Order: sequence, then C-alpha cells, then structure tokens
Amino acid sequence: MTRMKPVDAVIVGFGWTGAIMGMELTETGLDVLALERGSYQDTSPDWVYPNIADELAYGIRGKLFQSLARETVTVRHAVGEAAVPYRQYGSFLLGTNVGGAGTHWNGQHYRPSPEDLEFRSHIAKRYGEKFMPADMQIQDYGVSYDELEPFLDQFEYVCGTSGRAGNLDGKLMDGGNPFEGVRKRGYPNPPVADTHSARLFADAAKALGHKPFPQPASNASRPYTNPYGVRLGPCNLCGYCERFGCFMYSKASPQTTILPVLMRRKNFSLRTGSHVTRINLDSTGKRATGVTYIDAQGQQVEQPAALVIVAAFQMHNVRLMLLSGIGKPYDPATGTGVIGKNYAYQMMSSIGLFFDKDTAINPFIGAGAGGSQIVDDFNSDHFDHGPHGFIGGGYIIGGQTGGRPIQQLAVPPGTPAWGAAWKRAAKDSYLHTTFVGTHGSVMAYRDRYLDLDPTYKDAFGQPLLRITFDWHDNEYKMTRFVTDRALAIVEQMKPRQHSLTIRKPGDHYDIRQYQTTHTTGGVIMGTSPDTSALNRFQQSWDVHNVFVTGASAFPQNLGYNPTGLIGGLTYWSARAIRDTYLKNPGPMVQT
Amino acid sequence: MSSNPDSPSRRDFLRHSLATLPAVGLLGPVTLAQAQGATTEGASYAPRYFTEPEWAFLKAAVDRLIPAGDDGPGALESGVPEFIDREMEAAYGHGGLWYMQGPFVPDTPPTLGYQLRFTPRELYRTGIAAVDGWCRKQHDKPFAALEPEARDDVLHQLEKGTVALEQLPATAFFGQLLQNTKEGYFADPMYGGNKNMGGWKMIGFPGARADYADWIEQPGKAYPFGPVSIRGDKP
Ligand SMILES: Cc1cc2nc3c(=O)[nH]c(=O)nc-3n(C[C@H](O)[C@H](O)[C@H](O)COP(=O)(O)OP(=O)(O)OC[C@H]3O[C@@H](n4cnc5c(N)ncnc54)[C@H](O)[C@@H]3O)c2cc1C
Repeated sequence: MTRMKPVDAVIVGFGWTGAIMGMELTETGLDVLALERGSYQDTSPDWVYPNIADELAYGIRGKLFQSLARETVTVRHAVGEAAVPYRQYGSFLLGTNVGGAGTHWNGQHYRPSPEDLEFRSHIAKRYGEKFMPADMQIQDYGVSYDELEPFLDQFEYVCGTSGRAGNLDGKLMDGGNPFEGVRKRGYPNPPVADTHSARLFADAAKALGHKPFPQPASNASRPYTNPYGVRLGPCNLCGYCERFGCFMYSKASPQTTILPVLMRRKNFSLRTGSHVTRINLDSTGKRATGVTYIDAQGQQVEQPAALVIVAAFQMHNVRLMLLSGIGKPYDPATGTGVIGKNYAYQMMSSIGLFFDKDTAINPFIGAGAGGSQIVDDFNSDHFDHGPHGFIGGGYIIGGQTGGRPIQQLAVPPGTPAWGAAWKRAAKDSYLHTTFVGTHGSVMAYRDRYLDLDPTYKDAFGQPLLRITFDWHDNEYKMTRFVTDRALAIVEQMKPRQHSLTIRKPGDHYDIRQYQTTHTTGGVIMGTSPDTSALNRFQQSWDVHNVFVTGASAFPQNLGYNPTGLIGGLTYWSARAIRDTYLKNPGPMVQT
Repeated sequence: MSSNPDSPSRRDFLRHSLATLPAVGLLGPVTLAQAQGATTEGASYAPRYFTEPEWAFLKAAVDRLIPAGDDGPGALESGVPEFIDREMEAAYGHGGLWYMQGPFVPDTPPTLGYQLRFTPRELYRTGIAAVDGWCRKQHDKPFAALEPEARDDVLHQLEKGTVALEQLPATAFFGQLLQNTKEGYFADPMYGGNKNMGGWKMIGFPGARADYADWIEQPGKAYPFGPVSIRGDKP
C-alpha cells in the first residue's frame, strides 16, 4: 500500500461541510487535504447554459448524482426483515463530485427554531415525559440556539441568503417569520420576488389569519459579494434548480461561495478520485492515525493525518464510522450503542391545485427556493400540541420551482395516466396548475436505525449501509394535522379542483417516491457518550481527533430543510477546533 | 458533458464517423453534421436495438399511449420510438444507472422499489415477447396487428396487472414503457423524440429558455414566447 506524506488535517468528502471545514482549518495555517471520491466540477464548463437546461440528463437520469451502480444502500421496513437494495433513485438523491449535494440542492435555507435544539427537555417541560410515546427517543443537541446564532448567521452571509427577518434582536418584524429565533441582523439580501402561485398562496393564508413570509433562499436576489470576497449573481428563476447545477452563479454552492478562495490557498490541497474506505486507528483505538482510500487507479493508499474530518454526507458518514469501528454500533434490541442510532427522515404531503384557463401560473418560472411563500404556524412547537397528541410539525409552502414536463406536469385527479384523455388534460392543465406542500418532521424511535447490510456490497466489496425505517403513528397524526391546515388555505385559493397526496396510517415508507434528501441521524451529537456518538462540538466521544459534520449529527429530524443548521453546526465545530482543540488536542467535553 | 462516453451526440458522432470515416477528411465537419441530421431526423429511422417485431410492437404501443389528435402530436409523430431505441444504447438502457447486483428478490413489497434482474433493454425484450405471446394466445395475432381498441384493452390490462406474463410482472413492463414514452415526448429534441418540440408546444413549456428575469414582476400574465431547444432551434 502506498503511504502518503502526513498532513495536519484530512477532510473526507468535499461537499458543503467539507468546503466549510477546508476554509476554516486553512485559516489557522494547518496543512489541509480534502479527499473527494468524485471528480472536479464547476459552473463552467459543467453547468453552462444551454446544456444544463436538460431535464432528461439531470432531472431524470441524474447526471450529477452518485452512481447507484457502484454504491447504494439497502432498505427494509422493520427489524427482522431482509433488506433489499435501493436500485433506482426515488425517495432521496445522493450527491457526488466536488460540491456534493450542495451543487444540486434547492437552496431552501432555514434556521432551526430555538426549541428544536433542546427538543427532549422542551417537550418534557411543556407537556411532561409521558407525552412522548415509550419508543420515541428524541434528545437534545447539547448546543443552544443562542450559542449557535452567530454561526447560523455566518453561513447565511457566506451563502448570500435572500429573505426577510422576522425577529430582529427581539423585535418582531412585519413580513418575516414571527416564529423564528432572535437574529442579530437581517438577511444579507432581500427576498427573491414572489412567483404568481406564491402570491395566491400568501393572500389566502393572510385571509385566514396566518403570517406568511418569503422562503429564505440561497438563490441570490441581487448581485452579492460574500465575506470571502466571492461574487454571486442574481437568480433569473430559470426553473432548472433542484437536481441541476446553477449556470447563473446565483445558487449558493461550495463552487459559488468558497472554492474560488480556498482552491488558491497554499496550505490546501484536494485529491479527487479518492474514495475513503476507512478511518485508521492506532493500537489503543482511541486515536485516528489517518485514512485509507482507493485512488483513481484502484490502488489502496494510506493517508496519515493528525485530525480527521468526516464530511461525506449523512449516510456515508454513518457507514464510514461503522466500517472503521469507531463508537459502539447501535443495537435496537437493547437500545444501547450509538453508531446508526436515531435514523430519521421527513414526512411530506402535496396538494395539486388546478385552476381555470384565466389563471396564468407560468409554472416554468421558478427558483429552487426563492419566490415561494411559507406558513410556519404549525412547525416545531409553535402551537400548543397538548390537545393534538403528537410531537413535531411542518411548514406549509406555496410557490413553484419549475415546470419541467417529464417530472413536474400534473393532471387533475381522475384523469387516466395515458391516452387521448391524458393528453387533453396535460394540455389544458399545464399552464394553470400549481402546488401547495407540507414539509414535516420525523421523530427518532428505538426501532429505526442504520447498520451494515449482511448481504449486499459496493463496487469495492464493502458492505452497504442498511436502513431500517417506516413511519410511526406520531407522524401520521402530524401530517394529517398540518395538511388539514394546508387544505384550508387551498380552499381559500379557490382552485377549480385539487388533488391530495398524503401518507395515511398503515401506508409504508415508499422508496419509489421522491420526498426529500433530508435524511438524518446515525452519528448524533448530544450530552452523554451513552446516548450520542459526538459531543456538542461534533467531536467523537471515542476518538477525539475525529469530527463528523452533516445531518448525521441530528438527534431527530426537523420540519425544516437541514442545511442551514448543518452549515451553522459546521462553523460552530470549526470554531471549537480552532480556539480550543488545536491548542490542546483531546476531548473537549470531559465525561 | 460532451466527454461523457454515453452522450447521444458523442455516440452519434462515433457511429457516424465510423460509417463515413474515409469521407470525413474530404468533406469536413459541416457535411458530417448535415449528413447526421439527415439520418436521424428522417421518417425512416432504423432501430439499432429493437428487432423488427419488437419495433412494430413499440410503435403500436406508444401510438396508443399518446395517440395522434387535434390537441397535439402523437408519440409516433414525435419520434418516441426513436427516442426509446436510442436510450437502449445508452448507459441507461444497459442498466448502468441502476444497482444490479444480486441476490434479486422480485416478490419484495412494491414500496421497496424495483427488484427485478432486468436492465431496461432486457425488460423490453422480455416484456415485448411475453405480451406478444399473450396476444397470440388470446387473439391469434401479435400486439401490433390488433385494432386500436384491442391494443388499448391489452394496455389497460397490463397497467392493472390483470395479465399474468411469464417472466415479469405486467405492471413493471407497463410502467417502464409509459415512463419512457413520456420522456420521449417531453425531453429535449436532441434525444430523438419531441420532434419539432411538439410536446412542449402542446402544453406551453418554453423548453430551454431558462431566463425569466423580466417575467418575475409580471405575475399572472400569460408568457408569450414559444419554446427553444438546447441546440437553439425554434419550432
Ligand atoms: C435535490 C436536492 C435538493 C436539496 N434541497 C435542499 C434545500 O433546499 N435545503 C436544504 O437545506 N437542503 C437541501 N438538500 C440537502 C443538501 O444538499 C445537503 O444537506 C448538504 O449538501 C449536505 O452537506 P454535506 O457536506 O453533509 O454532504 P454533501 O454536500 O453531499 O457532500 C458530501 C461529499 O462527500 C463525498 N463522499 C462521500 N463518500 C465519500 C468517500 N467514501 N470518500 C470520499 N468522498 C466521499 C461525496 O462525493 C460528496 O462530494 C437537497 C438535496 C438534494 C439532493
């Protein structure tokens, strides 16, 4: 095996969190190396107009996604069943190449609600321990909203997030989210202008007494230079955002916010085509010595490093920890162990609104995040859950991200899927149809977890990650509650007809339908090594020179999109490494 | 991008440059491009993957899935069979985008997704043979020789899964066929379907325009411009 020259810090995976860590750690003067399994990619030449405006290649065949032929996961609904491979993309989409999923995300950029970070304590205090079902194992993050605020802010300013503040230094602001935590300053950019369907939605929501606000969007509403000196350009609502790279330099991605500066730093290097297979430990098992990877020629390479940052995306982070034997694997029979624990997802519902021909929706005019309106009244613990008997919630969204016809064309309920009647309905509906959706949380449960599959392997012969997941009653109740409120808004919007997709009690998790790529847990952060894999700084309790970034740290899932919190936590963790860890390497939280 | 070994433009180029290799030096790239356009856009597209009976099936099936009529072009006129044939030659058709390692457990609950051992190419080959076999038993004719109403009836039964095919579930084959038909009807014309952007024109999708900066402030007003394709064509 080839042995490379040691580095101070190695970063495994060069997507959103890898890029942030690269930037932060090079600022300390450390010699930093990022290992990315995929190839280099950038706005030019990879996402240029008009080639990127290709629904088939990017939206359907998934040109920017991880090749499932080489590596996937397996899925089963319950402990005791045999899992089968996720053979084709459906439920979630995995990134690859430099920038990771951060290149083909939407840019819906949220902060958590303050109570989300102390969820168990908060729920217990407000409703009593008994309010939580016995098998629900929600936890606190170990870091509070107030501690995190400067870092959530930092990530928004790097991304050039466009939005309207709802709570500026404790003062509620008209037109923003009245439920958000205190922010010390406003968004770096004003909101992207509303699309037509967002206006119809917001008017209806206001008429019902809600307080809709523009969705915070890392799609720049105007030319913007971020604190690193990198420039973004205004979004033109091209309609090719989620699943696509941005040709306008408008969507925040590692490429449009960080890499132009980081790639030039002398103490930074990137090695693409480098697939990390394990984190190596010394004989005590308490210290990492670096990583092993397979290079583009298929050779095994050892890369020694004093500090290892695992930034490979939630699922890959969990798999790497299991393959490397760091932390005790979770056992659902006893509820002990930590790696793989508390896998969670999100629960969505969607309502199609079919208007008459005098309502011009122009569905193809859309940004991934900007131009949509949000109602947040029924998310987190923004309302009294006592009478409703469930925990969590979701936001309601009205707007449009694009009208790509293979995937985004809808026909009224009752229409056949093909033939002359389908064709007529497609023709009559397309320009006059829009959607209202709900985007809901999923709690953590004792029997929902991740481990290594006993049967199926990746292209290198390593076991695939196995997902054991299905819905619980709490989430069926949550989605019914939030969806009923969404339906009331829809009724107020007065479409001619509407359709509803909702998950009802008894419906199993269906991996064929795209829901979100907001998978969470498996290497969770928390307050005790008995119940979490990482301490409050995202440092492994077991191996102090291993830090793990990304949504794998979430103890349960939010009703919000995760990346605002992921970015904030990464900056928070980097700050702790810079200020504390490097001066005195060792566990930063004593047990 | 163009360096992708499976991109249609590159495949076309390779195929064509092999066939006309001696002429390239003499005639140059412009003539080459023109020749290529002539072979792929003419009405007499010759399938590369599908056999003659399979091709007849495919044309007869997509013609019912998206029939011709006053609302807009049918799948045949749109070049959907050509699109599907070309996709069969791409990595997609070979199952190159799917995890295809066994063991295969086909009787898994449908919610856990596709679990057959067939790549798209194999799915079509197996599925067409099975449906034609079934039609021969029921009607003494292959699918393509049936009247339109009878073809609709067979397709409805495949969709509902009320036909038992030998090697694969009828719904899996039907789902694949319908998905690829809609792809061919609405994908950029450079993939061989959606000829003259007929699918886009029918519904009012502007295709690859992808720039609505000046329309953000005109909500509710109907967008007036027709489609453009990635190659810059307008219908
Ligand atoms: C279609 C889509 C839309 C989304 N929209 C939103 C949204 O609107 N809002 C939101 O908040 N979030 C959204 N997300 C989620 C968002 O993209 C992720 O939360 C974010 O990218 C996570 O950052 P990360 O650093 O953890 O992982 P990534 O950004 O995915 O980076 C991980 C990197 O690690 C590399 N890697 C993996 N394994 C290895 C290995 N073994 N060796 C070397 N390298 C490896 C990968 O190739 C990749 O480059 C969306 C995701 C998708 C797919």
